[in-house]
Amino acid sequence: MSESLVAAFTAIYEAISRNKQMLTDLDAVIGDADHGVNIARGFEAAQSKVQELAPGTGIDIVLKTIGMALISKVGGASGPLYGTAFLWAGKAAHGITDFNEQTAVPIFEAAIDGIRQRGKAVRGEKTMLDALEPALEAFIHGVKQEKSLKECLNLAAEAAEDGVEYTKTIIATKGRASYLGERSIGHQDPGATSSYIILKALADFSQGERQE
Amino acid sequence: MVGVVVVSHSAKIAEGVCEIAFQMAKAGQKIVSAGGTVDGGIGTDAVRICEAVKAADAGSGVVIMVDLGSAVMSAETALELLEYPLKGIVQIADAPIVEGTLIAVVQASLGSNLTEVLAAANETRHLHKK
Repeated sequence: MSESLVAAFTAIYEAISRNKQMLTDLDAVIGDADHGVNIARGFEAAQSKVQELAPGTGIDIVLKTIGMALISKVGGASGPLYGTAFLWAGKAAHGITDFNEQTAVPIFEAAIDGIRQRGKAVRGEKTMLDALEPALEAFIHGVKQEKSLKECLNLAAEAAEDGVEYTKTIIATKGRASYLGERSIGHQDPGATSSYIILKALADFSQGERQE
Repeated sequence: MVGVVVVSHSAKIAEGVCEIAFQMAKAGQKIVSAGGTVDGGIGTDAVRICEAVKAADAGSGVVIMVDLGSAVMSAETALELLEYPLKGIVQIADAPIVEGTLIAVVQASLGSNLTEVLAAANETRHLHKK
């Protein structure tokens, strides 16, 4: 089980790496031009840490290991935010051995709750939450309709993509971009964008894994 | 004596603020900087803050001074990582980093408790410069 989680995280790390420059460019417009570089460094450190874990390590420990690497290596605000998300996801995953669309719900909920509480943010403030909250809702909606994990992840990624588009239309009221006020309108939020990239990578990974 | 940790995005700022504060400190007083990232870049690191808190504690708790944005979130993440007996005796000040640190260090040097040191640091929000 933990092997496929490590493989899924590798796919996330690769997607973040590929989009590093794009994320930093987005951040240069409305922030401090470090988002892509920061999270790529953090995800790279996390990636090498999880490779060192013994086969069969519990998914809670894998998630916690990722979280600890992110909080110490990212440097910017996305470090404590994504780091807390993975740490809290790890707590919620304690005792879960079978990761499926049902068991994924409390884990995703805990991750997003971590970001919400750490950032003291709510939806509509031009942050990661504008991608993540609609994604979670779409995921849960899919589960209720008895769709597979793969289908639920696709729904989540689509909702996150719409969320990123939505961030172009609103003023930032959290983080460095909030100093810009109305100047932030018309630009998509880098944090929401990286959240979408993570979910999209997860969805794509699940498609590939299930192709027999 | 209550310890003080200074968290900034910049290692230079954190060290510089500590330098100023040491001028007013008593011998042996714990003032620890936790600025920048491990590789010397601009940023904050919750794990380093955690280590700094452990180094700053002399049994009476620690007040953490922060600059902006992720410094606050990293400090809060560090609080979550702390375990007994430090958990619960570490507080983040809501104060300007230079003035707040200086006052916190002076208040701590008087032997005040954690609540008093935190309150003194937080009061510096109301200081006027002219």
